[in-house]
Amino acid sequence: MYPTDLRYDKEHEWVRVEGDAAYIGISDFAQDQLGEVVYVDLPSVGDALAAGETFGEIESVKSVSELFAPLSGAVVEVNNELDKSPEMINSDPYGAGWMIKVALADPSQLDDLMSAGDYESFVANEA
Amino acid sequence: MSEVLHRTPLYEEHVALGARMVPFAGWEMPVQYEGIIDEHRAVRTRAGIFDVCHMAEFRVFGFGAFEALQHLVASDLHRIDELGAAQYTVMLDEAGGVIDDLIVYHTGDLEYLVIANAGNHDIDVDWMRAHLPGDIEFVDESDRTGLIALQGPEAVRIITELAGHEPPARFHIAEAMLDGSIPVLLGRTGYTGEDGVEIVCSAAAAVAVWRLLLSYPEVTPCGLGARDTLRLEMGYPLHGSDMDRTTDPLSAGLGWVVSAKKGDYVGRDAVEHIRAAGLKRRLVGIAVLEGVPRHGYPVLHEGSEVGTVASGTFSPTLGHGIATAYVPVALAEAGTRLEVSIRRKTVEATVTRPPFVTKTSLST
Repeated sequence: MYPTDLRYDKEHEWVRVEGDAAYIGISDFAQDQLGEVVYVDLPSVGDALAAGETFGEIESVKSVSELFAPLSGAVVEVNNELDKSPEMINSDPYGAGWMIKVALADPSQLDDLMSAGDYESFVANEA
Repeated sequence: MSEVLHRTPLYEEHVALGARMVPFAGWEMPVQYEGIIDEHRAVRTRAGIFDVCHMAEFRVFGFGAFEALQHLVASDLHRIDELGAAQYTVMLDEAGGVIDDLIVYHTGDLEYLVIANAGNHDIDVDWMRAHLPGDIEFVDESDRTGLIALQGPEAVRIITELAGHEPPARFHIAEAMLDGSIPVLLGRTGYTGEDGVEIVCSAAAAVAVWRLLLSYPEVTPCGLGARDTLRLEMGYPLHGSDMDRTTDPLSAGLGWVVSAKKGDYVGRDAVEHIRAAGLKRRLVGIAVLEGVPRHGYPVLHEGSEVGTVASGTFSPTLGHGIATAYVPVALAEAGTRLEVSIRRKTVEATVTRPPFVTKTSLST
C-alpha cells in the first residue's frame, strides 16, 4: 500500500534517503485527506530544519495544514515546480510531488520514523 | 464530539458514491466526492447536483399570511404578489442584526414557502413562532421535505426533459412531475451563479429524484466544498460567516434587499437609524494572488489591522484566493490596496467588487 523504500512520521510526511540527504513529501493518505492542493509554502535552500518543527504549510481548497520536519538538517533543494503545479502533490505524492531535499544532520533520527507497514497500521488506527 | 448528527434522506447515496462526510451545522454532509475543483468545474461547465435536504423549509399560510411575513422580513414582499414569484430576503432582530437569510416563495393563494439555513433552523422556528400572529398557520416541514439543487449550464435542459416542460422563470417556483411520477416543486433559484433549479420534494422521494438526476452522465454529484467555492465566486453571502446577529444588512452589502419604503417590520427602526447615521464598515470582496485567505484572518491597510476576512477560499475558476471582508467604508472602494495576514506572512489584497467570476450561464 505504502512504498516500502520510504520512512514515515506521525504527521504523514515521508522520507526517502539518498546518500547523506533525504527527500521529503507527504503521504498518499495525507494528500487524500487534504483534497486538492492549491498552494504550498516551502522553506528556502539553506534553511535549517529541526525534527518535529514546522517547515511549511500546505493549502487545499478547504483547509490549511502545517508541514512538520521528520528530520533535522539543512535544505539543499526545493521543488519549485510545486509553485506552478501544486496538484502534483495529489497526483504523484511520492514522485513529482516531493517537497524538499535535506542534508541529514543526524542519520540516527531515521530510526524514530515508521516503516511502511507500521505507518499503514498507524493510518488504519487514525482513520 | 458526542454531538448526534442528523442525516439527510440521501446519506446512504453519498456513502455509496464514496463521499467524504463531515459535520456541518449539526448534519453529516458530503464535503466532496471526487474532488472540490472537479465538482466546481462540473457546475460551471455542465451540471451538478447538491444535497441540500438539511436546509429548513417552513410553510406559512392562511388569511393574513402575507402581512405577517411582510412584518418579519426586510424586503417588500409585494414584489412577489404574483403567484409563483420568489424573493431573497433577510429576517432581522430589533437591533437590525441578521437572524437568517431566506428565500420566500409565493407558492399558492395565501401560502408561502420559506427556505432557511440548516444551522439556524431552531432559532428561526422559535423566532417565527414568537413573531407570527397566533392565527397564522406556521408549519415546520423541514423533516419531511427533500431539497436537491441542480445547477449548471445543462441544468435547465435536463430538468425540462425530466418534467416534460420548461421550469419556471428565474426567481419563480412551479409544480412539476418528474419522469411522470414524482411530484415536485421547481424553484428557479440557486447558490452557484449558474442557471438551474432547486427541486423541492417529499423526503421520501429524495432518493428517487437524486438517482433520476444522476442517471444523466453529464450530472456530477457535488459536495459542500464546491457549493462554498461556487457561491463565493459570485459573492453570495453565507450566514454565520458574512453576516449574523452582530452585523446589519446594510454593512453586509444587503441594502438591496432592505426596503426603505415598505411599512414597519422587525428591525426597521434600527436599520433606518444605521442608514441615517452612515455606515462605519462594509463587507467587500478582495482578491489575493498568493495564499488562501480564510475566515477570521486579519485584514490590514498599510500595516495596520483594519478588518477581518468573513469568507475566504481558493477560486477554482480564477486560480487564486478570493474573500469577503469587513473593512472601514473609506477602504471599501474597488481597487483599494489592502493586505491579508495569512498566518506567518502578509500578502497583498485588492478590493474587488463581486461577483469575482462574471461569465456564467446566468450572465450570458
